[in-house]
Amino acid sequence: MAVEYETHEHDVIVIGAGGAGLRAAIEAAAQGVSVGLVCKSLLGKAHTVMAEGGIAAALGNVWPEDNWQVHFRDTMRGGKMLNNWRMAQLHAQEAPERVLELERWGALFDRTKDGLILQRDFGGHRYARLAHVGDRTGLEMIRTLQYHAIHQGIDVYMECKVERLLRDGERIRGAFGYWRNTGAFVLFKAKAVVLATGGIGKIYEITSNSWEYTGDGHAAALWAGADLIDMEFVQFHPTGMVWPPSVRGIVVTEGVRGDGGTLRNNQGERFMFRYVPEFFKAETADNEAEADRWYEDKRNNRITPDLLPRDEVARAINAEVKAGRGSPHGGVFLDIGTRRPPDYIKKRLPSMYHQFKELAGVDITKETMEVGPTCHYVMGGVRVDADTTQSTVPGLFAAGEVAGGLHGSNRLGGNSLSDLLVFGRRAGLYAALYAKDLGGRVVVDTAQVEAIARELLEPFTRPWNENPYAIQAELQETMQDLVRIIRTESELRHALRKIDGLKDRAKKVRVEGGRTYNPGWHTALDLRSLLTVAECVTLAAIERKESRGGHTRDDYPKTEAEWGKENVVVRQKNGTIQIAREPLPEMPAELRRLFEEKK
Amino acid sequence: MPTYTMRVFRGDARRGDFREYHVETAEGMVVLDVIHRIQATQAHDLACRWNCKAGKCGSCSAEINGKPRLMCMTRMDTLAEGAPITVAPIRTFPLIRDLVTDVSYNYEKAKTVPPLRLKPPDPDGRYRMMQEDIDRIQEFHKCIECFLCQDVCHVIRDHDLKRQFAGPRFFIKIAALDMHPLDTRNRTEFAAREAGIGLCNITTCCTEVCPEGIHITDNGIIPMKERRADDYDPIVWLLRKFRGQRPEPA
Repeated sequence: MAVEYETHEHDVIVIGAGGAGLRAAIEAAAQGVSVGLVCKSLLGKAHTVMAEGGIAAALGNVWPEDNWQVHFRDTMRGGKMLNNWRMAQLHAQEAPERVLELERWGALFDRTKDGLILQRDFGGHRYARLAHVGDRTGLEMIRTLQYHAIHQGIDVYMECKVERLLRDGERIRGAFGYWRNTGAFVLFKAKAVVLATGGIGKIYEITSNSWEYTGDGHAAALWAGADLIDMEFVQFHPTGMVWPPSVRGIVVTEGVRGDGGTLRNNQGERFMFRYVPEFFKAETADNEAEADRWYEDKRNNRITPDLLPRDEVARAINAEVKAGRGSPHGGVFLDIGTRRPPDYIKKRLPSMYHQFKELAGVDITKETMEVGPTCHYVMGGVRVDADTTQSTVPGLFAAGEVAGGLHGSNRLGGNSLSDLLVFGRRAGLYAALYAKDLGGRVVVDTAQVEAIARELLEPFTRPWNENPYAIQAELQETMQDLVRIIRTESELRHALRKIDGLKDRAKKVRVEGGRTYNPGWHTALDLRSLLTVAECVTLAAIERKESRGGHTRDDYPKTEAEWGKENVVVRQKNGTIQIAREPLPEMPAELRRLFEEKK
Repeated sequence: MPTYTMRVFRGDARRGDFREYHVETAEGMVVLDVIHRIQATQAHDLACRWNCKAGKCGSCSAEINGKPRLMCMTRMDTLAEGAPITVAPIRTFPLIRDLVTDVSYNYEKAKTVPPLRLKPPDPDGRYRMMQEDIDRIQEFHKCIECFLCQDVCHVIRDHDLKRQFAGPRFFIKIAALDMHPLDTRNRTEFAAREAGIGLCNITTCCTEVCPEGIHITDNGIIPMKERRADDYDPIVWLLRKFRGQRPEPA
């Protein structure tokens, strides 16, 4: 039986239209190749739009002492040295130019008194470094890129979901998916594919991530034969909303602490002073007076522990709640109302003010917020070449959250938006160059395409009656309960068994209705990638027998030097997921020196 | 926990009507939560758009008890419990299915707006802008493209003048570009001829429904209409270009 589908052909297709995808598409188009940009939501709605705090870039507008070496050092230390050093170097070096480029494309960042781009403090950054627009930086960034992109001759395929990447022997040949509006199938033939699909946060119950974050890119890359690295490292943002239940998980920007807010337990204590690890002791204030002075005078004071990297703060909050010192709804208190004037708060944090007022009935200029950890970001992703972003599959490139390596075991706030710009551009550039070199026509195996299409239609005709939403909810509960901030082998193994059970049930999902904009069907199809990435995270978490960054093991609580030299690699061979340990690229001596000198 | 009766539109461009669902709610729930609950338990194929669920992405626009709003920012406890609550798709755009409409008109109009044309940098290669000069434009940049202003605008909704009219969303887009300190283009002619700003009769409906509280009419449309009147004087226009002065925001 032949299955109908439409066909589009481009030199490069970019999957995902958040910051990385848009930037990649713009760059590829600038190289003169034909570009298709495929995104599963409407243009301008991707997750980047939710980013709040800012873009980390050592512009040196506020603190002239800042430069790429300091940013590089902060990034590596924030990632507990597990980062791909070359990615971290390129990121720190190129971020300022990428921010200035956004300004030339019309972005309006908040200004310094001299009319330059203002920069704000954020966790783990030595200097005020984040270019921002109040607390809606992501919106400014995505709109700027979106309105720049629509004039570059890029073909945009909105509300189009890619299900599989296509390969022919070694090389990538395109992708196959469906239009959400009609349910009709669509084949993209392409010489090069850029994955910019974001993250996997929808495998957790309490998450800041939207419905889109189902790990499509991670899973599709794995199935196409690409390596994933660092999948055990999941970032729990320390400050998500906890009350009321319907808003649980929505992020409260780190900018609240960057702008002077502080965390307190139910005794009123600023507890972060008790949680400064040895690794950060020398550079972190040990008393409240110094911490408060640091906001104004960074030369003579050390950073407040409220702004330790996110993994540290999330673990501290977790421990306070466990010890019975939490807030009424199972979080801790975040206070800015007693520390900064109302006008300042409303100017700097307008969305936070609005969000708490509207959704929680809390006036943050007068009352404290209740906050707790929420799944926010995955450090792990497609293993890429640092300079070109090419994966281990020729013609397949990855940038942004779907790529691994830059952030090591923990990402610093603000380093995501800069990551999207720096590596989005590189992905677009090198994908275009690859496509130009390749030449010839792309031929796709139609039998392979038709087999995929038939598989995607199965949920309509199965004789069973599993509910796709119920399976997704059970997966989220499983991950929330068993693959937590604090992990242990028995629970991880238990999670694996549960995931296996859910995989069987997912094959029995039956959906009602037709193919036109049917979220039940869409959810049924998303289960495959959700379950795959959940398995990858769990397997990698079992493998890494130490605690580091976004991976904390109750049964292996120490950070081990030996593990600091290795990535956990996940790949699929003959239909099964395999785990390997492989050495990290070694940092050259001149960069190593940055960590030996006492700052 | 209060139980609500929800009357949700189900159907497509050809036919459809409101169907009733009874849903138990919990503290703090918003309309979007209720729609998701119906989806997960009673109508798996109920179509709706959403992304951030925090009022930042502008995907979940609908007409709730007849009022254009974001479903994610409408708390159930602000709606009366006794009477049924109706949730309908935004009416101005062609229906795809249930609560999802075809908003491609907006994306087509977006492409027609002439983009930023950058002025040269300062002698040191940098661009400087003072905060007070960009406050007003930053207000326009808050737009989340929920298209509620487009939905409620009479020119589009009742008169269906989509071809010759860009709508309030794009008037503030044009205003933002025209007021941008680094831009060198004049879009007055475009606003009049292509975007049809003359068709707007300033009923302020757009401003009233804006979830971001942008003063679309007062700060965007009216100054642009005034500028258009001024700009018809070619000497004023030339002088302004020559001196590099930008029109003052109201």
